[in-house]
Amino acid sequence: MPTIDDFHAWPDTHGRFGNYGGQYVAETLMAPLAELTAAYLRLRADPDFVAELDRDLTHYVGRPSPVYFAERLTKHVGGARILLKREDLNHTGAHKINNTVGQALVARHMGKTRIIAETGAGQHGVASATVAARLGLQCVVYMGATDIERQKINVYRMKLLGAEVVPVTSGSKTLKDALNEAMRDWVTNVADTFYIIGTVAGPHPYPLMVRDFNAIVGREARAQLLEQYGRLPDVLTACVGGGSNAIGLFHAFLNDRDVRIVGAEAAGEGIATGHHAASLAAGRPGVLHGNRTYVLCDDNGQITETHSVSAGLDYPGVGPEHAFLKDAGRAEYVGVTDDEALAAFHLLARTEGILAALESSHAVAQAIKLAREYPPDGIVLCNLSGRGDKDVHTIAAREGVSV
Amino acid sequence: MTRIDTRFAQLKAAHRTGLIPFVTAGDPSPEHVVALMHALVDAGADLIELGVPFSDPMADGPVIQHASERAIAKGVGLHEVLGWVAAFRQRDADTPVVLMGYLNPVEIHGYARFAQEAVQAGVDGVLLVDCPLEESVVLQPLRDAGLRQILLAAPTTAPARMAELCGSAEGFLYYVSFAGITGAAHLSTGDIAARVADIRARAKAPVAVGFGIRDAASARAIAGFADAVVIGSALVEQLAGAVGAEEISARVHAFLAPIRAALDAD
Repeated sequence: MPTIDDFHAWPDTHGRFGNYGGQYVAETLMAPLAELTAAYLRLRADPDFVAELDRDLTHYVGRPSPVYFAERLTKHVGGARILLKREDLNHTGAHKINNTVGQALVARHMGKTRIIAETGAGQHGVASATVAARLGLQCVVYMGATDIERQKINVYRMKLLGAEVVPVTSGSKTLKDALNEAMRDWVTNVADTFYIIGTVAGPHPYPLMVRDFNAIVGREARAQLLEQYGRLPDVLTACVGGGSNAIGLFHAFLNDRDVRIVGAEAAGEGIATGHHAASLAAGRPGVLHGNRTYVLCDDNGQITETHSVSAGLDYPGVGPEHAFLKDAGRAEYVGVTDDEALAAFHLLARTEGILAALESSHAVAQAIKLAREYPPDGIVLCNLSGRGDKDVHTIAAREGVSV
Repeated sequence: MTRIDTRFAQLKAAHRTGLIPFVTAGDPSPEHVVALMHALVDAGADLIELGVPFSDPMADGPVIQHASERAIAKGVGLHEVLGWVAAFRQRDADTPVVLMGYLNPVEIHGYARFAQEAVQAGVDGVLLVDCPLEESVVLQPLRDAGLRQILLAAPTTAPARMAELCGSAEGFLYYVSFAGITGAAHLSTGDIAARVADIRARAKAPVAVGFGIRDAASARAIAGFADAVVIGSALVEQLAGAVGAEEISARVHAFLAPIRAALDAD
C-alpha cells in the first residue's frame, strides 16, 4: 500500500484511496472495467498516446490556459492577491474538455464506436458531444429531466453537435439519476460502447483516469506560478461537486505541504436547512455509483435529494480521492451558499469583466473569503472552471428579470 | 446445513427445478408483505428473494426501479424488511429467504448490527448487487454470523474469474442470463445452455439463472439446464397496484401456477 506521505502514489492497484474508491458494481461490469483499466494503464505509459493527447490539448482545447491576476477584484476585497486559473477559456468553456478529449482517445484506441455520458449542468455533455463529433463517434447523453429544464442552452448545444439527449425521469431527475441511467446503458451495450464519466467518481479506473486527464490544470498552474511569481500560492480553492476540476487543480500541489487546499461545496440554502449538496462537509461514508466515498443519505441508506443553484454541483456523492484527502487532513472542504455564489458571480462580472459559471462562482466566493485571511503579498489561486454563458437564464429568472 | 443448502438438496433428490420469485419488499403494499411471502410459497416458491428498496438501483430496469420508489415513498427500510422476515418465520421455518439489494443500506445500518439482526429475523443469505467478490471483505461479519453471500456470474465474466466465482460460491450461484438490466427481454436460451452447464459442473453450489425469465415458456426453457430459475420484474409488474391480501394472493397464484407447472412437467 502506498504511504500516506506521498499523495501522488494513490490510488493503490485496487483503485482504493485509503478506505475509499474501489469497484462496487454488478458482476456484468467487472470484465469491462478490467478491460478499461488494462487499456488505460497501457496508454498512460505510451509516449505516442501522451504526445497525441498533448497535441489535442494544445491545438483543439487551446491549452495552456492563463493564470490571471484579478487585480480589481483583489483591490475590492482588500486582502491577498486572487489569481484565476482560466479554464473557462478552454474550447467548450470549461475544464470538462480536458477529460473528454482524453477519454475519447482511449475509446478510439479500444475500438469503441459509441460514446455515452451523463451530465448535470450540461458542460460534460457538451464536452462529450464535442469530442464524439470530432472523432465521428455516435454519442448519447443522459440528463435529468429537471436539469434539462434549467440548462436548455446546453441541451440545444449538444443536439447541434449531433448528440442524442435522453431525459431521465427516475428518482430526483438530476445528475445522480443520469449516472444510474448511463450505467444501465453501459451494462446493456458493453461490447461497442465507451462510457465517458464526467467526474472523478464511479468505479476504478474512472477516479484515477479522470483525475489524470484534469491534472494538467494544476501542473500548468504550478509552473505558471513559479515562473510568473517565483513562488507557490498560499492557498488553492476550487468548487467541488463530483470534484474533477478541484482534483485537477489540487493534484500537482498535494505533496507541497505548505500549500493549503480548500474545496468549496454547494451549501445551497445553508447546510442547516438540509437543502444543499455538501457531501464532504455534511455527509458520511457510504457506497454510491461504484465507489466508497462520502454520500448524503438518510438512516435507511437512501441517497437524499440535493439542492444547489448550480446543476453541476447538485450531486449527493463526491470523488473518493477527495474523501481520502479530507480524512487525511490534507484538504479542507467548506460550504458556499447559493447567495454567496451569486454575489461572487456579480462581483467578478463587474470588477473583472468575466461571467463565471455558477459552479465556479462558488470557488470565487471562497477565494474572496480566503483572500481576507492572508496579507496583501499572499496568493490565493482559484480555479475558474467554467464560463457562465449557460447560466444567464437561471440568474435572470432568479432575479426576476425576463430576457 | 443451512435452509438454502437443505432446500437445494431436497430439489435435487426430487429431480425438480427450483422456483425463486423476487418481490420488492413493501410493494405493492407494506401491510401485506408477510401475506405476499406466504402466497409465494403456497404458489410453489422454493426460495424467496426479497428486494430491499434502494434509491439508486443501477442494475435494475424501470419495473423494479418504480417498485423501489413506491416502497421508499411509504417509508420502507431495512428495519421494516427484517421485521417482515421475522413475522414470516413464525409460520414458515423452512423456506429460505435471501435479501437482495444494494450495499449502501447495509453499510449505513452497520455490517455487524445487520448480521446479528438478519440472523435473528431468519434471513438466510444476501445478494448485494454492487458488492462483487473483490469488495466482499466488508461482508465478513455477515459470513461470521452464518449468512450466505450469493454471488453473481455474468456472460461477460472471464474464464479465470469464473473459476474463482465457482470456487467461492455458497448457497447458490446466480447466473445473469444476459448483459443488461433486470426486466429486459433479451433471453436467448441457446447461448446460455452450454455456459450454465459448464458452470454447474464446476461450481461449489447450485446454479440459478435469472434476468429475462417472464413466463412458463421461458422458465421451462431454462429448467432444462439450471438448478433454479429466478423471476423478478415480470412478477413485480403483475403485483403493481394490487390492493389487499386477497388480490395480491390471487395475482401471485395466477402468475406463478403455470410457471410451477411448466417447471414440474416432464
